[in-house]
Amino acid sequence: VWDKSENGDWHCTASWKTHSGSVWRVTWAHPEFGQVLASCSFDRTAAVWEEIVGESNDKLRGQSHWVKRTTLVDSRTSVTDVKFAPKHMGLMLATCSADGVVRIYEAPDVMNLSQWSLQHEISCKLSCSCISWNPSSSRAHSPMIAVGSDDNSPNILAKVQIYEYNENTRKYAKAEALMTVTDPVHDIAFAPNLGRSFHILAVATKDVRIFTLKPLRKELTSSGGLTKFEIHIVAQFDNHNSQVWRVSWNITGTVLASSGDDGCVRLWKANYMDNWKCTGILKGNGSPVNGSSQQGIFNTSLGSANTSLQNSLNGSSASRYFFPPLDSPRAGSRWSSHAQLLPPPPLIEQSCDADTANLQYPHPRRRCVSRPLNLLPENEGV
Amino acid sequence: TAGPLLLRLLDWVRLHVCDVDSMVREVLSSETPSKHKLFWNVVDVFVLQGRMDEARHLLSKEASANPTSMNMYKILDDLMKKMPVPSLGNTQTLTELELKWQHWHEECQRYLQDGTFASNPHMESICKILLGDEDAILEKKELMTTWYHFLVTRLLYSHPTVKPMELQFYAQSSMDLFLGGESSPEPLDMILMAAFEFEMHQVIKECSIVLSNWWFVAHLTDLLDHCKLLQSHNLYFGSNMREFLLLEYASGLFSHHSLWQLGVDYFDHCPEYGRVYLELHIERIPLSTEQKALKVLRICEQRQMHEQVRSVCKIMAMKALRNNRLGSALSWSIRAKDAAFATLISDRFLKDYCERGCFSDLDLIDNLGPSMLLSDRLTFLGKYREFHRLYGEKRFPEAARLLLTLMTAHIAPCSFWMTLLTDALPLLEQKEVIFSAEQTYELMRCLEDLTAGNPEKQKFQDDDVETTKVEMLRLALARNLARVIIKEGTVEGS
Repeated sequence: VWDKSENGDWHCTASWKTHSGSVWRVTWAHPEFGQVLASCSFDRTAAVWEEIVGESNDKLRGQSHWVKRTTLVDSRTSVTDVKFAPKHMGLMLATCSADGVVRIYEAPDVMNLSQWSLQHEISCKLSCSCISWNPSSSRAHSPMIAVGSDDNSPNILAKVQIYEYNENTRKYAKAEALMTVTDPVHDIAFAPNLGRSFHILAVATKDVRIFTLKPLRKELTSSGGLTKFEIHIVAQFDNHNSQVWRVSWNITGTVLASSGDDGCVRLWKANYMDNWKCTGILKGNGSPVNGSSQQGIFNTSLGSANTSLQNSLNGSSASRYFFPPLDSPRAGSRWSSHAQLLPPPPLIEQSCDADTANLQYPHPRRRCVSRPLNLLPENEGV
Repeated sequence: TAGPLLLRLLDWVRLHVCDVDSMVREVLSSETPSKHKLFWNVVDVFVLQGRMDEARHLLSKEASANPTSMNMYKILDDLMKKMPVPSLGNTQTLTELELKWQHWHEECQRYLQDGTFASNPHMESICKILLGDEDAILEKKELMTTWYHFLVTRLLYSHPTVKPMELQFYAQSSMDLFLGGESSPEPLDMILMAAFEFEMHQVIKECSIVLSNWWFVAHLTDLLDHCKLLQSHNLYFGSNMREFLLLEYASGLFSHHSLWQLGVDYFDHCPEYGRVYLELHIERIPLSTEQKALKVLRICEQRQMHEQVRSVCKIMAMKALRNNRLGSALSWSIRAKDAAFATLISDRFLKDYCERGCFSDLDLIDNLGPSMLLSDRLTFLGKYREFHRLYGEKRFPEAARLLLTLMTAHIAPCSFWMTLLTDALPLLEQKEVIFSAEQTYELMRCLEDLTAGNPEKQKFQDDDVETTKVEMLRLALARNLARVIIKEGTVEGS
């Protein structure tokens, strides 16, 4: 666990070995529940951790202490993802396993983190690799969870499924499957909801895909009230030119970050005409890719306004992509079709609270069975 | 539009082309300016910028120093004095001005062709400039430094009655002539060009591409939108674009540890998405200090963002609780109107009291006021503390009454009754009788309710300490009853 100090440096304040297999994912609970983490592992377990406030000396020495509150041992295979539900649902989490089972647990007493009860077991019929809760707290939306599968079997079954909670049956039922996603899915993420009626879902597969799910009138089937969705793909990017491993949204669900086997992080943003474009490319060590002019937005949304004001004409922004192409130029006026590229801004600040709070790190990288990947050196931070 | 365009362009150039200012200062402040090696440069600067009076003033110094050129000087000075320019007062019509200007232009032409200034190349060059000779003007490139200065000078000396819509025709050629194919236009040049063409959207686009942050573009678009200029240019996405840019800029501010507060105001002015953006961003402000949390709270409360208020208070209450600062945790949960949490913390206080025999955070509990009613447990905590205060102030009858009410009105949880009854002991054993008969009966009933009936209580009675306590209470109650019956039965003596 890393903590950020007053001067902005990140320090490792706790480090402990506990699982008996690779730790696949780690996730934070909402601070309303205290300082709580969950981890999941190849060792078929998921665990919930709580920070204990130790001696005041520890704080000075920069150490934090974590105790295990519970181990969830129901899975018979590797647990591939663990995610806390949105806070309005209480203290709840979901896990998914390699044998295709999604489990939803709840801690009825939020002050007692050692008591979790298994509320739902969903059988997805496909090996699961990732899950994402729909963060929308709107009363119009039932609790919803998206499940991604990296199943390698030649079946053409849809690799993304959407499960929705049915108030009548008090169970989760499959509401939708994204038939167009047939390649293994490595990560999946619902975007924060800005009060929209529809949902936005990002999928990390052989490329980056962004879908919108628009709820249609609930069908009154015999099981009652399962929503049908109108699904559109609003963006598909293969710029990574390789497997895309993670996708993560910013606070407002307006910027998507993706990481791929090309060792790059790419940022995607929609303009006000709802066209999605790449707005930034970062190499693993945080430096911008040479020749890329897409630093501006990244600079503004993550960097401090202070430095931006100083570098007012430094750097360049990718805003050309945020303005729709205009009609043919008027006679007599000549537009330069390319702005002069100015030298790229200094190495972009590593991270900042607001936007990267959604990125979960330190992030263990999952090794693809067939070939080893180059892990980022441990001491490089993010 | 106040004033002719040319005058405003001249003002603009004088403001923005300042590379020559130090040179001007140097020459003007020297002892004999006319001898300064940069003298003629400065005169040229004045002429190029249409600063006729200053040019004439400098020239007069040269004239007095060189009497031989007196004649030339007088003519040039006269020409410069007579040059017709559009005036602010609007005392002449455009046609009148153009006519005057034509005559003046021809007069300059005559003097040039007559070779009046032939012996003084500087003055001759000035005359050529007055005539709007592009080559002559371009020779002074270094003094103009930018193509738009060249544009304005050109206009001054060849088309002084230029109208805004005509600018674009001169702008492009000015830039081409000035750059002369040696250098290519820079981003700023493209922005200005778009501005001269009144292509507002292009200006915004070019600025966005070049500038590294949204500050300028967001504010410019906002201004244009307020002046309703975006709409008049048929940009149907005008107000959306304004909001889009403001949202971008404000979001950027939120990543700064203190500038985020400015971002709040910007979000307030975004009618469609401002509120939800603010809700999402403000939840992510790190609540590193109590002051920061209070700041965030104030902002949320002002905007009736109840969920965010509750959430912030909950987070702070949790933090306090984890650090065992019960008082702080309690005040945060009261602020959050979180009854469940208040109950939990009250229980902790009571538990602490049972274990240690005293309360912590007395100030807070004593001053709960109406917020005491948030939860039953909290009410009990407040009232129980009041009981202790009354006892401490030796207001025994009031204390006794309160104690009894706590049990009979079921404010106290059953688990606490034993403690309350034990608290009654010292009151029962006072020299003076405090509990009335009726009250004593009530107490006895409470005790019986507590000990009788429940098989679980059997277990509790096996505990020696508990059994002793119960017996002591029974004894004390019986004794009190005896005394009070006598007291109440006694007729007051005469």
